[in-house]
Amino acid sequence: MGNASPVYGGKRCFANSETMIKRSVFSSRTLPYLLILPQIVVTLTFFYWPAVQGLIQSVMRSDPFGQHSTFIWFSNFVTLFTDPLYLKSIGITLFFSMSVATVSISTGLFIATMANRALKAKAVVRTLLIWPYAVAPAISGILWLFLLHPSYGVVALAIKRWFGVDWNPVLRGSDAMFMIIMASAWKQISYNFVFFIAGLQAIPKSLIEAAAIDGASPFRRFWTITVPLLSPTLFFVTVMNIIYSFFETFGVVHMMTQGGPGGATNILVYKVYQDGFIGLNMGGSAAQSIVLMTLIIGVTLFQFKYVEKKVQYAG
Amino acid sequence: MVEKTPILDIFTYVFLITGIIIVGFPVIYAIIAATLPIEDVCRVPMPLIPGDQFWVNIKAAWEKGNLGTNLLNSFIMASGITIGKISVSLLGAFSIVYFDYRFRTLAFVSVFCTLMLPVEVRILPTYEMAANVLGPFQKLWTVLNLDGVATWIAGHEIAVTLEWCILDSYTGLILPLVASATCTFLFRQFFLTIPEELCEAAKMDGASAMTFFRKILLPLSKTNIAALVVIEFVYGWNQYLWPLLITTNPKMTTAVIGLQHLIPAADDLPYWNEALAGALIVMLPPILVVLFMQRWFVKGLVDPDK
Repeated sequence: MGNASPVYGGKRCFANSETMIKRSVFSSRTLPYLLILPQIVVTLTFFYWPAVQGLIQSVMRSDPFGQHSTFIWFSNFVTLFTDPLYLKSIGITLFFSMSVATVSISTGLFIATMANRALKAKAVVRTLLIWPYAVAPAISGILWLFLLHPSYGVVALAIKRWFGVDWNPVLRGSDAMFMIIMASAWKQISYNFVFFIAGLQAIPKSLIEAAAIDGASPFRRFWTITVPLLSPTLFFVTVMNIIYSFFETFGVVHMMTQGGPGGATNILVYKVYQDGFIGLNMGGSAAQSIVLMTLIIGVTLFQFKYVEKKVQYAG
Repeated sequence: MVEKTPILDIFTYVFLITGIIIVGFPVIYAIIAATLPIEDVCRVPMPLIPGDQFWVNIKAAWEKGNLGTNLLNSFIMASGITIGKISVSLLGAFSIVYFDYRFRTLAFVSVFCTLMLPVEVRILPTYEMAANVLGPFQKLWTVLNLDGVATWIAGHEIAVTLEWCILDSYTGLILPLVASATCTFLFRQFFLTIPEELCEAAKMDGASAMTFFRKILLPLSKTNIAALVVIEFVYGWNQYLWPLLITTNPKMTTAVIGLQHLIPAADDLPYWNEALAGALIVMLPPILVVLFMQRWFVKGLVDPDK
């Protein structure tokens, strides 16, 4: 998600807060406030105030000059959810998000499983796979824009030759969608790989060995031991991938398609930007922002409720 | 491996190498393309033998994409965000963990909730805020009719305008991204695992809070700081939406956004060799940071609460 870097695993953030409060503390009347002040000032100025403004704008209609605004209840939201373009954008975003998550998670898991078996080369393999994490989504967009270019792209050529498709992402929506999925998923593989390899290494060897002695084949062991024990990681990575594909892929879309052709790749985040910042539709954009805000609050709370609780060892 | 499975082992390595090649392919291909002259880049399929035009293309990309200025901007932005985030969060976490005061839970929760408010969900109002950071005070000023009060006190007409615009500035690129729920959590979790005895001993020896922070907490947090340096540098360097919103002056553009001008337009000559050369330059710094600091980076990414 935009502001949150992936470091925070969403795990155990409140769990210990009651039991682990330090008994030994410093006493000072002003120092603790001074220490937290910079954080609070930035948060209030650039997070809460704008968020509240957004909430207010979403129930207002302002004239084009921004002089007067009238309170119109939920009219902006009604307009939004009866707008076929917005409903289309929701559908597109869901499809895009699911595809990115599926492609990058399955590839990441597959490579991590292989790397975990290759005992000798683990460090080398990790180095060879970790670097795409550092590539900006927008740059991934440029790389794939070239690979999938209708006249010069080598992958586009392969698609045309092998599948007999008349590949043209500039004109056909489904091709453009495929393009942004590839660029977004490729970049995310290494992130998933890092988590999966760590998850795989945390599985006790003795369990695998016990199953092997009982005669379970490597494939059977994978499905009955590895996958269930990996389920918390899998769940966490899925949530992070969905957040990534909803919010951080803005750069990919902006570089590759600008939402086109004909709105075929106009995912929600890009639509907010286009309607609000380019189209200057204040109320409508604010309402869209509130929808996205609700969405991300939902995902975050869901993650806190279920991570580490329901999924572990469920297999 | 548990038992000997020679066939499976061969498959493992074959798949692994294929996987690595597939993941690396877009960049390998871009590197080759960046070495070719334009006639070769637009041949279909493009030759896979590297040419000798690498430096020529790099130079062209550097000039066309204004990379000198843009890379410097990116570097300042990424470093500013990294240093800002880490110092602000270190102090914040120290305050939350090592002091007992009335609003500490409130402070913690309010920092936590920023996790749910990424730039993407508050584009316009945050932009307005950056256009005039003192806007809220101006509103308050107007509401309280302080102009009138000032006029009355001074005895002549006074109109106060409170304005601080951070659009098109380094402050604007850095400051709004400096608050960090994730870093604060990481440091909080880490501080909670530090034995109480350390703090007690320090207090007994007469250390003040800030001495304890400087002499004991900071050295202990080194690994965590190293991990966060990598993660936040990459995060700062790769920012896209925020710089796109607030910079209109080409002199303030960041490198990633500047690349847009290198992508050949439909009616242009297809200078893909230069576009890709530019992309390679811009992606290099964060990749180097990740590779050189891999050990800490993986630790910080996977293990947020040691």
